[in-house]
Amino acid sequence: MSAHDIVLAVSGLKAHLDTPRGEVRAVDGVAIELRKGECFALVGESGSGKSMTALSLMRLLPETGRIADGRVMLGDQDLLALPEAAMRAVRGRRVAMIFQEPSTALNPVLSVGRQIMEVVERHSRLRLSGEAVRRRALELLEAVGIPDAGRRCEEYPFQLSGGLKQRVMIACALAAEPEILIADEPTTALDVTIQAQILDLLAKLQAERQMAILLITHDLGIVARMAQRVAVMYAGEIVEVADRDVFFAGPQHPYAQKLFEALPSPEKRGSELSVIAGQVPALTGTFSGCRFVARCELAYRRCHHEMPQLITIPEDHAVRRLVRCHLREEGLAPPPLVNASEVQTGTPVVAASPSVIVAVENLKVHFPIRKGLFKRVVGQVRAVDGVSLAIHSGRTLALVGESGCGKTTAGKALLRLITPTHGRVVFAGKDLSSLSREALRASRGAMQIIFQDPYASLNPRMRTADILGEGMRSLGVGRDKKDREDRMAELLAQVGLPLEVLSRYPHEFSGGQRQRIAIARALAVEPKLIVCDEPTSALDVSVQAQILNLLKSLQERLGIAYLFITHNISIVEYLAHEVAVMYLGRIVEHGTAQEVLGNPKHPYTEALLSAVPAVPVPAAPGADGKRGIIRLTGELPSPAQPPTGCHFHPRCPKAMPECRETYPQAVQLERGRTVNCLLYRASNAASSN
Amino acid sequence: MGILPVALWTDMLIWLLLSAITVFVWYCSRHAHLAAPWARVFRSRAALASAVFLAAYLMIGLCDSLHYRQALPTVDTRSPVAYAVEVRSLLDAALSALRERNERTYSAPLATRLHQKELIEKPDGSSSRDYPRLRHGGAHLANEDAWGEDIAWHLFAGLVASIALWGLLVAAMRYSFARRWPEIPWGAAYAALACMLALAGPLAALAVNYHVLGTDKIGQDVLYQALKSIRTSMVIGTLTTLVLLPVGIAAGIMAGYFRGWVDDAIQYFYTTLNSIPGVLLIAASVLMVQVFVDSHPDLFPTAAQRADFRLLMLCAILGAIGWTGLARLLRGETLKLVELEYIQAAHAFGVPDARILLRHILPNVSHIVIIALVMDFSGLVLAEAVLSYVGVGVDPTTISFGTMINAARLEMAREPMVWWALATAFTFMFVLVLAANLFADAVRDGFDPRVRM
Repeated sequence: MSAHDIVLAVSGLKAHLDTPRGEVRAVDGVAIELRKGECFALVGESGSGKSMTALSLMRLLPETGRIADGRVMLGDQDLLALPEAAMRAVRGRRVAMIFQEPSTALNPVLSVGRQIMEVVERHSRLRLSGEAVRRRALELLEAVGIPDAGRRCEEYPFQLSGGLKQRVMIACALAAEPEILIADEPTTALDVTIQAQILDLLAKLQAERQMAILLITHDLGIVARMAQRVAVMYAGEIVEVADRDVFFAGPQHPYAQKLFEALPSPEKRGSELSVIAGQVPALTGTFSGCRFVARCELAYRRCHHEMPQLITIPEDHAVRRLVRCHLREEGLAPPPLVNASEVQTGTPVVAASPSVIVAVENLKVHFPIRKGLFKRVVGQVRAVDGVSLAIHSGRTLALVGESGCGKTTAGKALLRLITPTHGRVVFAGKDLSSLSREALRASRGAMQIIFQDPYASLNPRMRTADILGEGMRSLGVGRDKKDREDRMAELLAQVGLPLEVLSRYPHEFSGGQRQRIAIARALAVEPKLIVCDEPTSALDVSVQAQILNLLKSLQERLGIAYLFITHNISIVEYLAHEVAVMYLGRIVEHGTAQEVLGNPKHPYTEALLSAVPAVPVPAAPGADGKRGIIRLTGELPSPAQPPTGCHFHPRCPKAMPECRETYPQAVQLERGRTVNCLLYRASNAASSN
Repeated sequence: MGILPVALWTDMLIWLLLSAITVFVWYCSRHAHLAAPWARVFRSRAALASAVFLAAYLMIGLCDSLHYRQALPTVDTRSPVAYAVEVRSLLDAALSALRERNERTYSAPLATRLHQKELIEKPDGSSSRDYPRLRHGGAHLANEDAWGEDIAWHLFAGLVASIALWGLLVAAMRYSFARRWPEIPWGAAYAALACMLALAGPLAALAVNYHVLGTDKIGQDVLYQALKSIRTSMVIGTLTTLVLLPVGIAAGIMAGYFRGWVDDAIQYFYTTLNSIPGVLLIAASVLMVQVFVDSHPDLFPTAAQRADFRLLMLCAILGAIGWTGLARLLRGETLKLVELEYIQAAHAFGVPDARILLRHILPNVSHIVIIALVMDFSGLVLAEAVLSYVGVGVDPTTISFGTMINAARLEMAREPMVWWALATAFTFMFVLVLAANLFADAVRDGFDPRVRM
């Protein structure tokens, strides 16, 4: 690889942020090289400084931030030395950027065509004008795979779905044919099937245009699919840089190894996930040793006193691998232990015939659409449209689906946080959905919920003791104050928090600790069932592992059933006993986790599973069980106007003419395994009801 | 000589409010999350300086809120003590010199002679038209040529006293507050205090022998009137909120929390209220109050009590029509809050609605309430001035900035112009409103959750 292939060379980049707590060294001496036509991934957990690195390259740091040191060489130009006016010509024209949240990155009062044309007019090398600009904008929209580009051009951002908006953002970024595209978590806000589309698009554009992509992500699966080279960031520094295959075959830095071990996967079923103890150190101070030392199990004396440098590993045959660890001076790390043998089959360790604690029958939640002066009902959003489930004690039922499919609404309707329009929720012989609010209170304790966002689920004005005590007081758990205090102490011990948190306020805790408090709050009233509404999607991988371990051990000890609502397939593989796949308000496939995930029957399930970027297991490279990739076209239709017949037929690769006619009935394949698809009607007619 | 304490309605409410604020401050200081935004507020130099000025205004207003009636001297010791009809306040007593030294009519600031020519009888029996000497202003001067020298001497004495007082106060603050809260920029407070004392000291020294800010049409000292106006402004600015708060908070959070018909009813109500011009409502209500007062003389034995009742009613009326803005703000915030997960978690525990409103919603909108309160204060002070000017504000016998301006407006057309009454009212009100606004800005910044790191 010759030197002129390098399009962007960053060295010694330091970015500091002024905060009330002092100067935060968010980026501390980052050096990366980006080559022509290469996808370079910057991986790290939140707070590792990866986004700050990207913003520094564009000189778009927030007002409190400044670039303290370093060089960013774009070709032979030092971007950090350019005046602001010259920098404006670089942004967009030579280096373009796409952001995580496409809905806020587009101006809502301009049509998307106008927004693309603006970039074309500003940056195009050909100095286009008038009709030519419009033609170019159309070309770009077509290049990013937007169907019916001519019509879409006139539409406004609110008329587009998230995936289309992200495509428009990419079109804007491509308008000036930049040499480098910085993609900051480009698919985090999108669903897996849409994410797969966007990633494919990026890969295609990169190959076609020989563009270099700096991909910033926290998802190792995306890295495995997209990147040629990987850099892992930790606490403002790069700790490991390597080629993708080399990296996934055996990460060398203890932090990178830990990240892999913390990922949930079917192989780890039945065993605890490995967690990274502690937290990312505060970046306000100076470091005398390795930044990872406090959380590293392999740390020794030298790690405390001497800062490790990025080094090449002796006897390492993989060229161009750099690791920031003293241990690696001795050579390659031993391959990680595979303890999959003992739990290979991953059989659920539960009682043979668990009893049903909650049965949901034909649950429907319709939200009326009202219009006009008198708010006449003109339609219904069928968020949940006939869901039937049985949840067994001590087991986990995962409700899987894309956003907007109604899985969260179903969970909340089960708890009567939303009043169902129709259907029954039978708990202990009583139909909860018909009880009055007062009568319902007696059953409230049996079912609890844990929410997605630990920052929004705890009242910031209440101390932990009040948060935990609220439910107990309301539902009459515990005889008196003393009794409740004992119970709180017990709860904190269960979720692994020290006793002194009782007198503190939520803002003093990290995301993981808050989620533990939320779990303790739910446990306080001794529930039989906990609805977990994406409890880990706002958390980093290492913290996610802690929470998953906690949930699993609580289930084993207390026999609690979980309704686990998630879109993260790997968590389902790790945690769930049964899986129900939801699409547009209805369950399309239901069965045990192994059956559904190992041998999906419904075309939607197949597509959903294949869209998930798989992380190759370091111990067994190549044996990552690559699924045949099925790409879904289009997006989830509106639940206000579901397609006639099978809801999935407009996107289904196996759709038949009759799919348009009727919604397929549930077909029982094996015991407890149902699928709603016409494909299985003919072959299994006998077993269908 | 005995005194009979008189508790005017507004006095009682002011002291009640003060004690409530004291309890609130004490409560905040015990809770870190409540104290933190206030600490942020006082870390702003502008807020600290404004607070010094506001505190000075508050002291004057509070002194003016302790009323009494003086016992009349009796000849016969056996007869029951009779009390004067006039209700005085502590401030009146302290400023008795200013209050009692009335001139005949207008005199310019620091003048020794009246503002208009009169027929003067000279000792020799002849008479001439000239500016007569004032009865009190500069009366101690045997020779008016020494006026300049005398003023300079008073200024100097006042400044020296100010510096001494400043030194004492700063030392006291350094040893008490500054030790406890070292992170607060006390320098700004000291500077503001120095500014204020540098003005107040000479003013006080000169006021002993002169009418520092002149006299009005009936010869009353303008400085005295300005100081008396402070209480009126303070009452309007704070007591109105006593009416406004409960209604605004209850309506706002109930509309946002219950939605449905409750929301519709509250919204229709305040939209209707808002669509009636405020001045009309106030004028109508004030007239009704006036009729009530006039027809029930037995309820209000003194003129002060009548005036006070009208002031109180004005506050009530302003509050009754002023809650809509706060309610609207709180409704929006509550709509946002009820979607948050901790509220849903409370629902999942079957927590009753009243408890959710009190424990979850109210504490989480309190920052909006505080911001709205502080920002409303200056608006209300200005509203009083406008209403009194129009004639539907406070009782004409109550001294307020509005009545001062109303009385002074015609004199702008006189030749030579009488400018001092208007200028004084304007300056005092300007300082109050500016300080309140600067303070409100800092409060908004301090409580705004978006600026938190």
